[in-house]
Amino acid sequence: MNKVYETVIGIEVHVELNTKTKMFCRCSADYFGKKPNTHTCPVCLGIPGALPYINEEAIKKCMRIGLALNCSVNEQSYFERKNYFYPDLAKGYQISQLVKPLNINGQLEVEDESGVTSIIRINRVHQEEDTGKLTHVGSETLIDFNRSGVPLVEIVTEPDFHSSAQVKDYAKKLQQIFRYLGVSNADMERGDMRLEANVSVRPVGQKELPPYRVELKNINSFRFMQAAIEYEIKRQIWVLERGETLTQETRGWNETKKETYLQRSKEEAHDYRYFPEPDLPELKIDTLQLRELLRKQLPELPAQKVKRFFDEYGLNKAQIAMMADSKEMAEFFEEAVKVGSKYKVESIKVANFIINKKVNIEDINPEQLIKDIVNQNTGMISDEKELEKVVKEVIDENSKAVEDFKAGKEVALQVIIGSVMKKTKGKAEIKKVKEILEGVLKS
Amino acid sequence: MTDITSLTLTQTLAALKDKKLSKEELNKAYLERIKKLNPSLNAFLFVNEDSGEIPVAIKDLISVKDMPMTCGSKILENYIPPYNATVIDRLASQGVSFCGKTNLDEFAMGSSGENSAYGPAKNPWNLVKVPGGSSSGSAVAVAADMAVFALGTDTGGSIRQPASLCGVVGLKPSYGRVSRYGAQAMASSLDQIGPITKSVADARLVLEWISGGGGHDSNCHAKPFVTLSETKGIYSSASPQNDRMLKEIKVGVPKEYFGKGLDSEVEKVIRDAIKKLGDLGAEIVEVALPHTEYAVAAYYIIMASEVSANLARYDGIRFGKNRDQFGDEAKRRIMLGTFSLSSGYYDAYFTKAARVRTLIKKDFDIAFEKCDVIVGPVSPTVAWNLGGKINDPLTMYLSDAYTIPGSLTGIPGLSVPCGFADGMPVGLQILGKHMDEETVLNVGEIYENVTDWKDKKPNMSS
Repeated sequence: MNKVYETVIGIEVHVELNTKTKMFCRCSADYFGKKPNTHTCPVCLGIPGALPYINEEAIKKCMRIGLALNCSVNEQSYFERKNYFYPDLAKGYQISQLVKPLNINGQLEVEDESGVTSIIRINRVHQEEDTGKLTHVGSETLIDFNRSGVPLVEIVTEPDFHSSAQVKDYAKKLQQIFRYLGVSNADMERGDMRLEANVSVRPVGQKELPPYRVELKNINSFRFMQAAIEYEIKRQIWVLERGETLTQETRGWNETKKETYLQRSKEEAHDYRYFPEPDLPELKIDTLQLRELLRKQLPELPAQKVKRFFDEYGLNKAQIAMMADSKEMAEFFEEAVKVGSKYKVESIKVANFIINKKVNIEDINPEQLIKDIVNQNTGMISDEKELEKVVKEVIDENSKAVEDFKAGKEVALQVIIGSVMKKTKGKAEIKKVKEILEGVLKS
Repeated sequence: MTDITSLTLTQTLAALKDKKLSKEELNKAYLERIKKLNPSLNAFLFVNEDSGEIPVAIKDLISVKDMPMTCGSKILENYIPPYNATVIDRLASQGVSFCGKTNLDEFAMGSSGENSAYGPAKNPWNLVKVPGGSSSGSAVAVAADMAVFALGTDTGGSIRQPASLCGVVGLKPSYGRVSRYGAQAMASSLDQIGPITKSVADARLVLEWISGGGGHDSNCHAKPFVTLSETKGIYSSASPQNDRMLKEIKVGVPKEYFGKGLDSEVEKVIRDAIKKLGDLGAEIVEVALPHTEYAVAAYYIIMASEVSANLARYDGIRFGKNRDQFGDEAKRRIMLGTFSLSSGYYDAYFTKAARVRTLIKKDFDIAFEKCDVIVGPVSPTVAWNLGGKINDPLTMYLSDAYTIPGSLTGIPGLSVPCGFADGMPVGLQILGKHMDEETVLNVGEIYENVTDWKDKKPNMSS
C-alpha cells in the first residue's frame, strides 16, 4: 500500500436466485445450458400487452438474504422501471428498485490479509430481474431470452473497503451465505454471481470521498477481481502523481495483458429515468410477522457456525475454515463427530483426517469415515488404492502362483495372500485383499 | 327476423335463445353490413369472416391469438399476437366470437381517430366528422350496427368520448376491475378495457363477463362485477320501481364541468338530461372539483412518462419496423415523457404531476361524500370536422378535459346518449365511486329507459 494514498472501494454484487420460476412470469428459471428461447412467454419476451406478476418465492429469498446480512426490511417497498436501451432488454426497461428497496442498512464483517476485521455497511439488498443474453457470431448477434426475467438480487455496499483482500473476503463470504441459505448456486463462472467494484483513491487523511470513481465490471472470478483492483489502485495513483485528474468511467479486465481497459466514459453514462412501476402494486410487508417467520427459517449462518465450531469442537481457524466451508461439509463433519464419539475419535482428529486425506464427502458416508479413522489408528490398511498397489506388486512377483490359481488350484490364492500380508507386515485387511484379488485375477 | 343488426346484445341473446334467430343468420347479417359500410367508415382494420358465435368487434390493441394486431401503427404492421388477452378468453367462454379488429389512434393516442396510421374512421352520423378517439373504430362499429358490441380501452377518455360522439353507450370500468393483460399498454396506471354497447343493459352484461382478477394483471384483484340480486332485472323496462331507485340517489353536478370551453348547445342538452334525472326523483346537488383545471396538464405528464417506457420495446429489433415509423403524436408523447422523467426535471414534472393526481383524487373523495354519482358532459363539443384540430395538439388535448379527471382517479365512468346538438350525438357522463359500477349503471339504465335516445340510429342507407 502506498503511503500517501488510501483506497476507497464500494461493491455491487448481483446474484441470480435459484427459484423454480422467473421473477415476473412462471417460465422455468432453470435456463443454464438449455436450448435458446425455450424458457420464454409473452411476459419475459416483452410481447405487446403482457404484464408482470410477482414471484413470491423470490421476494422471500431476497428478504432472507437481507436478514442474513443484518438488514432491516422496508415495510413499504415498491418496484420501479429502469429505462435504458440494450438489445437483450425485452421491454426497453428493467423492473428494479431504487427508492424503496426490500432491505436496507445491513452489515457484514470482513477480514484483510492479516486477519484484521472491519465492518462493511450494506446500503441495500434489492430485487430485480435479469436480462437476456447476447451471443456474437461473426457479424451477427443472437439473442437468447431464456435468462430474461430470472430473479436477480443486487447487494450494494457503502464505500467501506480499503483493500482488495477485504473485497475478496467479502465476496467469498457472500457466496458462502448464498449457498448456506440455499438461495443461489452463486457460481461466478456461470454468471450466477457477478461483482462490480467502484474503486477510487484519496490522500490519507482526507475525509470526503474522491470526486470520481472507476467502476470495474464484467469480471467473473474473485482472483481476477482482486488483480483488477490491485492494478487499478496502482494506475490511479500513477495518474494522480502525474498531476492529472481522474474521471468517472467503467473499466473491464484484460486477463492476458493483466490490465484494466476503458469500457465507457462519463459522457456515455445513462440517465435511467427511474419511475414507479405502474404495473405492480406496492409491496406492503407485514414486517414483524414475516420477518420473524423468515428469521426462524434461517439456517445457521457461516459466521455463527464458525463461532460454534470453535466453542464446541475446539478447532483452529484453518480447520474451521475447511469444516464450515459449505453447509454440506459442516453437516458431514458434525455427523462424523457424532459417530466418532462412540469410538472415542476426537473431533479434531475427524477434521484433520478429512483435511489431510482430502476426503470427498460425496464418495463416503460419516460411518465409513470413522471406520477408516479407527483402522488407521489400529494400523490396519484398508485404503483400497494402497492395497491394490501391493496386490499388483505381489502378482507381478508370483507369476507361478497366479498361473496355478488360474489352472484351478485354489490353494495358490493362499500363497498370494500370504505374500501380501508379508509385504504389509500383517496390516492389510484380509477381506479387502481377497476382494481385490478376486477382481484382478478373474478379469 | 328483419333488422338483426339493430338488436342490442340482450335482445340478440333472447332471440337466439328463443330460436327466432340462428347464429348463422346473425353472423351473415353483420358480415354483410361490415362489408357494405366499412369502405366508407373505415371502422375495421381486420375483418374475420369466420366469426360463428356472437360477433363482437375488438379494438386493435387487444390481443386476439392468431389475428393481426396493428395498434393503429405502422410499427406493428403484420404483427400477429401469439396469445389471447384475458378479456378475449373470458368473452370466448361466453359464446362470443370476434368479427374483427377496430381502428384507433396510433397506440390509443388521440381524441379523433386521426392518428391512426391506417386512415381515420368516420363518424356514421356525418362522414366528414371525426368519430372521437382513441377507440374510434369500436364506437363507429357499434353506432353503425357492424357488431353486437365492441371492446375499447380508456386511458383518458378513449371509450367514453368516442361513445359520446357516436351516440352509443361506453363504460370505463374502475381501474383494477378488468384485467389489462393482453392489451398493449399506453399508460399502465390509467388504462382500462371496457365495453362499447347499444344499451346500458348490454354494458352491464359485458362487464359481468370480462371483469374480475386472476388474469395476470397484478392491479386487478377485484371480484367479477355481478349486478346485485335486488336490483337485477328491474331496469329492463320503465317501471315505477325505477323512480323509487332514483329517489335514493344523489346526483352531484360539478360547476367546473360547465365552464369556459363548453359548447352552449351541448350544455343545454346536458342540463336537460340532469333535469330529467331530477324529475325521476334523484336529488341534484352541486359539488366542487376545484383541481379540475390542472388535470389535463398532470395527465399529459404522467401518461406520457408511462408511454415513453411502454413503447421503448419497439426499438426496431424484434418487431420489424424502425422507430421512424412512429406517427407524430406517438413521437411527441415519447419525447414529452422521456423529458419529464429525465434527471433534473423529474421532480418538477413527474413528481409534481403525481401530487396533482392525489389532489384530484381528494376532490372526488370529498365530492362523493355529498353524492352517489357525478354527472356532466363527456366532451365539451360534439364531433368536429375531420382535420379540424389535428394540427393543434393542445386544443385536441383539451377535448378530454372532462374525462381525464375520472381517469386519474381510477373511478368508473359511463357515457350514455342524451340528445343531439347541431345534429350530432351528445353523451351524458356518469361518474361513480371506485368499484361502484352498480350505481353508475343503475342511473344510466333508468335514464336510458325513460328516454328514446338509444333507438336513434344514424342513417346509413345513402
